[in-house]
Amino acid sequence: MLRLLNKIRRTGIVTESVCANIESQALGLEVKRQIERRFGGSLAIRQIDAGSCNGCELEIRALDNPYYDVSRFGVHFVASPRHADVLLITGPVSRHMETALRRTLRATPAPKYVIAAGTCACSGGEFGVSYASCGAVENVIPVDVKIAGCPPSPTDLLSGLLSAIHAFGSR
Amino acid sequence: MSRFQWLPDYLAGLALEHVVVLDGASAQPSERGPAWHLRLEVEDWSTAARVAATTGCRWAGVWGDHLGDAIEVRACLELHGDYLVLATRVPLAQPVLASHTPYYPAAERLERHLQDMLGVAFLDHPDGRRWTRHQAWREQDYPLRTDFPVHGRISRRTPADADYPFTRVLGPAVHEIPVGPVHAGIIEPGHFRFQAVGEEVLRLEERLGYVHKGIEKLAVGRDAEGLARLAGRISGDATVAHTWAACMAMERALGVGVPARALTLRGVFAERERIANHLGDIGAICNDVGFGFLQSQFSRLRETWQRSQHAAFGHRLLMDCVVPGGVACDVSDDALHLLASQHDQLDREMDDLMPIVDDYPSLEDRLCGTGVLREDDARTLGALGYVGKASGIDYDVRRDHSYAPYDRFSVPSPCLRDGDVAARLDIRAAEIRDSLHLLRQLCDSLTAGPVRSTWPTPMGGSNDVTESEGLGIVESWRGEVLTFVRFDANGLVARFFPRDPSWFAWPALERLIAGNIVPDFPVCNKSVNASYSGHDL
Repeated sequence: MLRLLNKIRRTGIVTESVCANIESQALGLEVKRQIERRFGGSLAIRQIDAGSCNGCELEIRALDNPYYDVSRFGVHFVASPRHADVLLITGPVSRHMETALRRTLRATPAPKYVIAAGTCACSGGEFGVSYASCGAVENVIPVDVKIAGCPPSPTDLLSGLLSAIHAFGSR
Repeated sequence: MSRFQWLPDYLAGLALEHVVVLDGASAQPSERGPAWHLRLEVEDWSTAARVAATTGCRWAGVWGDHLGDAIEVRACLELHGDYLVLATRVPLAQPVLASHTPYYPAAERLERHLQDMLGVAFLDHPDGRRWTRHQAWREQDYPLRTDFPVHGRISRRTPADADYPFTRVLGPAVHEIPVGPVHAGIIEPGHFRFQAVGEEVLRLEERLGYVHKGIEKLAVGRDAEGLARLAGRISGDATVAHTWAACMAMERALGVGVPARALTLRGVFAERERIANHLGDIGAICNDVGFGFLQSQFSRLRETWQRSQHAAFGHRLLMDCVVPGGVACDVSDDALHLLASQHDQLDREMDDLMPIVDDYPSLEDRLCGTGVLREDDARTLGALGYVGKASGIDYDVRRDHSYAPYDRFSVPSPCLRDGDVAARLDIRAAEIRDSLHLLRQLCDSLTAGPVRSTWPTPMGGSNDVTESEGLGIVESWRGEVLTFVRFDANGLVARFFPRDPSWFAWPALERLIAGNIVPDFPVCNKSVNASYSGHDL
């Protein structure tokens, strides 16, 4: 136990402020305010892999690591679409996931927002439209915001997410 | 390079069974093609597998290739680090071939994949159900046949594959738990069907194929660079290994030499990829039994590791860093020094953290004896990488079928026999240490020079098929990746088949979960961490 506490003490706090790709810290504050006002202080995201290579998942998972700690903005990932405000979708939509994706969207309570994350989700990427793939997410369900990158880095995701929340809030 | 001391025994075994080897002498292994090739009659396909099983060969994959009025089917076998490729030509008029599954249960799903994609029916296969095909194409359509258009023949919405006949376990109090394809975490999609009594899992049946993106079909017609980009997106967490295997296959096909510096850098990328994934997995395994402290610590280590990759090589996952003929970018001496300092730092962090993992009673309680994969099961299913190594399968391509740059070093590879979640975690921890050791040697041995050779422009005109195909075999962080590439006469890809080790890890998961409780499934699954995308293609 002492070893464990010692390690925590020596590691300290590594969480960083999110200025890198965002115009100013003011956006961060504004986002927090919007989450307060529009989402009751917490924004629940249901992530759906609709056919990705799992690269995007690695970077989305990194949002929870101590450096980015996305939960400090009131953002958290939930297990069910029933609990979600936002669907964060990766991958080209494989035809085998087409119906599952539509059903997940249907299971999400309104107001529901859809973010397409990663090059494949935005445009179909390396896979495009084929016998096995529907291509971009917007070919299957309406998309509100796109976050580009192959895969988008956690910073890209974070700034994309925060500007998306800002956009949802001002609607 | 290769020894093949067992091959005469195998050939004698075939002769005893009156199997005629049509062509084998002319296809001996070389620098460009380290595997031995044997061509057989269709009717000898099953006997060849039976004799191979008695010889002790491991079954490593099967793939088909539509050539005119026939389907060329090849199966790959391995023994003592020597690879043998069996080939036969199945006429389209009667596309029937004996199954290898009766002798090699590992062949079960790959044969079903081949059946769905190319329409070869396997005789004596224990499971005739579709596998990769759901509802995106019709039963009589075979996407990998040359006459099947890449856009498919159906334009309607694709319905759910609702009528797939799962196997039921009948009995009082047996209940069924369907899970997925959309799972409860930030993970890939797939369906798990549990048959349970109370908390105990009697049987797990996997239904995969949800992220089938037609990778094998999309590869057709690409040039070398295009194929490397596609290979880098077969499974994002193994992007280096898959790109390397594809490039190795293409380089062998065309006889392209890779500069020494580039080969060493590929080794650096691959070992860094191994460490990054193992760091993430150790944290996630501990998190799945509720120990958040280690998740925080290991995800922190993974993050710093990825950041330095971005700083030194331009990509956090090292995607597209391996290119045909070499690597995409060189690394400066300053960046190398920085990376080297990180090796010692990570060693110290592991010194801090691993004793906590090892000594924590509640971790021991949850991880030891959980999800045991027995050695004979692991061998039967052809388990590779940390799944195999934790269950007594001591195989590592880097050591047993060495390739540059690993042929210059002695590659350590851990092996345990417990086969439980704790053993799979321990293998990962040991591999992190071993890879750090290798990384130091690789970085020290970097010599100045070019990092990319020029890719030959296709001359055209050559119709000799054997002249333009290659096999790439690479140890990814999950184990052996086996990749076949065939170029057409214009230097464009005509066939691409990447076999991820996950093909053998998924059946292992079905086996090792039986008898465990349903709440332990996440940690068992994480300890195996097979790729959905790498499997579904």
